[in-house]
Amino acid sequence: MIIRLPQDFLFTNHYRKLNFLSLILIVLSVLIILFKGLNLGVDFKGGTLIEIRMENANVNIGEIRQSFLKMNLGDVTVKKFGKKNDFLVKIEISKTDDKNFIKTINEKLSADLGAKANFRRVENVGPKVSNELLQAGLLAISLSLAAMLIYIWIRFEWQFSLAAITALIHDVIITVGIFSFLSYEVNLSIVAAVLTIVGYSMNDTVVIFDRIRENLRKFSKISISEISDTSTKETLSRTLITSVTTLLALLSIYIFGGAILKGFSFAMIIGVIVGTYSSIFVATPILNYTKVNQKTVLKDKDSVENN
Amino acid sequence: MLYFSKIKLVIIYFIIIILTLFSLANFTNIDDKFLFSKKVNLGLDLQGGSYLLLEVNSHPLIKQKLQNKVLSLRKYLKDEKIKYKNLRLNNEKISFQLDVNETSKFEEFFLNKKNLINNYFQQYRSYEMDFSVEETFVTISYSKYGLIEIKSSALEQSLIIVRKRIDEVGTNEPTIIRRGNDRILIELPGLDNPNRIKNLLGKTANLTFRLVSDDESDFGSELMPYEDSEKQLKISKRVMMSGDNLINARPTFDNLNNESVVSFTLDRVGAMKFGRVTTDNVGKRLAIVLDNKIISAPVIREPILGGNGQISGNFTLQSASDFALLLRSGALPAPLNIIEERTVGPDLGEDSIKSGAISLLIGFLLVIAYMLYKYRFLGIVANTALIINLLLLLGMLTILEATLTLPGIAGIILTVGMAVDANVLIYERIKEEMRTEKSIIHAFDMGYKRAQSAVLDANITTLISAIILYSLGSGPVKGFAVTLGIGIVTTLFSVYFFARHLSSFYVMKNKDKKISI
Repeated sequence: MIIRLPQDFLFTNHYRKLNFLSLILIVLSVLIILFKGLNLGVDFKGGTLIEIRMENANVNIGEIRQSFLKMNLGDVTVKKFGKKNDFLVKIEISKTDDKNFIKTINEKLSADLGAKANFRRVENVGPKVSNELLQAGLLAISLSLAAMLIYIWIRFEWQFSLAAITALIHDVIITVGIFSFLSYEVNLSIVAAVLTIVGYSMNDTVVIFDRIRENLRKFSKISISEISDTSTKETLSRTLITSVTTLLALLSIYIFGGAILKGFSFAMIIGVIVGTYSSIFVATPILNYTKVNQKTVLKDKDSVENN
Repeated sequence: MLYFSKIKLVIIYFIIIILTLFSLANFTNIDDKFLFSKKVNLGLDLQGGSYLLLEVNSHPLIKQKLQNKVLSLRKYLKDEKIKYKNLRLNNEKISFQLDVNETSKFEEFFLNKKNLINNYFQQYRSYEMDFSVEETFVTISYSKYGLIEIKSSALEQSLIIVRKRIDEVGTNEPTIIRRGNDRILIELPGLDNPNRIKNLLGKTANLTFRLVSDDESDFGSELMPYEDSEKQLKISKRVMMSGDNLINARPTFDNLNNESVVSFTLDRVGAMKFGRVTTDNVGKRLAIVLDNKIISAPVIREPILGGNGQISGNFTLQSASDFALLLRSGALPAPLNIIEERTVGPDLGEDSIKSGAISLLIGFLLVIAYMLYKYRFLGIVANTALIINLLLLLGMLTILEATLTLPGIAGIILTVGMAVDANVLIYERIKEEMRTEKSIIHAFDMGYKRAQSAVLDANITTLISAIILYSLGSGPVKGFAVTLGIGIVTTLFSVYFFARHLSSFYVMKNKDKKISI
């Protein structure tokens, strides 16, 4: 993949309209999350999840729904999962106090369908645990954002820190917004994905920032807008190559990694794309808006090393 | 940046060889005594098994302890001839009224560090009970530390009994650990149906022997259901003997009645008690009660003096041996609630390993092909570094005995994708340097030097995410954090030591030729 930018292409010329686009996307995401909500998995909402494989039988999804309906378990969703005759059932209630809850379901289902239902995976999470997991997940995401904020502040200056965090929040909100829009399930592995996105997007941003700082130190007369443009261009091929290799790895998980990793890899794919975009078109512009200049980066003592 | 001292090279290649051996050992079946016999642990999601989180329900225990406190309080107040009224136990609080002039006397007694009702915990500098007086009303309840003491001692005892019960079932390498103040985490690898264990852990196993009451007397008796039917029986509240006196129990077959029964042996005290009860009550029915359900209520035909007895109760062979197991392991101090359960069948685990391996292989090949296409010769260097990186990563996981989960495999694949980044950063920098720099050695040197801060910053940010994920995540997600985090460390090692050495070797050999990358 060789990207040839036109000679007179300037990244800075596109900041305003793309920032506007980002803003719209963020507002849309927040609105969707607020009004449509998230499809929380049993990890966070509590309840029971059963992955069923029907052995030696062709079973219609409707029959399974019918059977669960008869059991009176409240809200039950049944969907296909992976191969033919594999199904994923989500039951609103967890009933962790009833030791024979799962066994009874299995017996009734097998009897109704006239074939053995193999419960390949059962997750049964009580309301107390799901609340704790949700809190731990939110805490982990907030902590990682805070840790990034502090790390960049220490390594760079507050303007860089502010810019990087804005880009991270942008990435997280849009990724979660897309999950809400598509009603994809949010569970523990999605939290892991979001945290990794935070790390990845930061990684991408830091490389550009590093170059901007270096160039700022080198050239005192050149405006930040020009420096951002040059730095972005200098690091562009690296940014794209790394995104491509990471996406190749993720696509491989998405396509061949089985049904359990689908949501996780999907979130990561979105995150990598949005994260790459935000490093160039969200984080870097903020350095321009906060009027970073040579003085900003020469304050720190390690500037002695440059020429 | 291109110079390596001999000693450094020795160390680098030594580490690579050792870790490679450890990682390759995973694919062999070397005897256990051998040095490299460690293997990566597979998480429950890969090998199949059950994860259970139990919570000690301490409320019944607290209530029972408070009832004992009430008895001691009554005794104290009576002995000291202190008048009191309205002594009650409500909502885990004891309350009563005293005469105005006697509250200070009681307070003095109750806050005396040596009194026997309200223990003083030296280690917490706190009393066992909270105590308040409003005019003549006295309220007593467990203090924060009193509750902690109750919970943690109940948890300790429960842990021992849970271990006993699970060990007796004979599952494969169970993990049973304490979680916080009132929880027990259990991992049972290879177990695809946790129902039996759940049932065994779900019983407190409080065994009592009580007489069935005669129909006329209502006082001091209660209605109690049978374990296996809707029927109820009125039995006395008085406990003639409890399971504490039991020293052994085992399932046996009663040839006479052709059914499975449980035989038990009592200790000396128990044998005496049991002898007395059965002598005094020949002809009456004795109910055997487990967790407030009647197992059976046979008629006492003759005194049982030897301390050996039999319990029948429509047992199957399985239920008889489970019942005996419960009796042998003893009663839990408090009921355990299962608050989280995750079970993965072994066939799903196998499928997950397969799809994980396939996606790792394909992801790896795609990245390798892409790097070769982008960088030709240096691509080979980067790809060799990537292979070494994978071996190091697996070797580290093996040495640390880390647990590999399905998200963990995803972490490895992601590492493959992101690991080349460090090399890409450096190569792109070298390319830039070569535009201004004549000497290729110098260009490589500057490339490595100038890219360093970006490489470090970029990897540390990901490492921060991995550490936070590790400390707050659980189970499979933790496995992801582990591979991602260790992956970063091995990436930096393979890029900065191994790949740098390879490229320096290449550059030194070709320093006079024109190299293009």
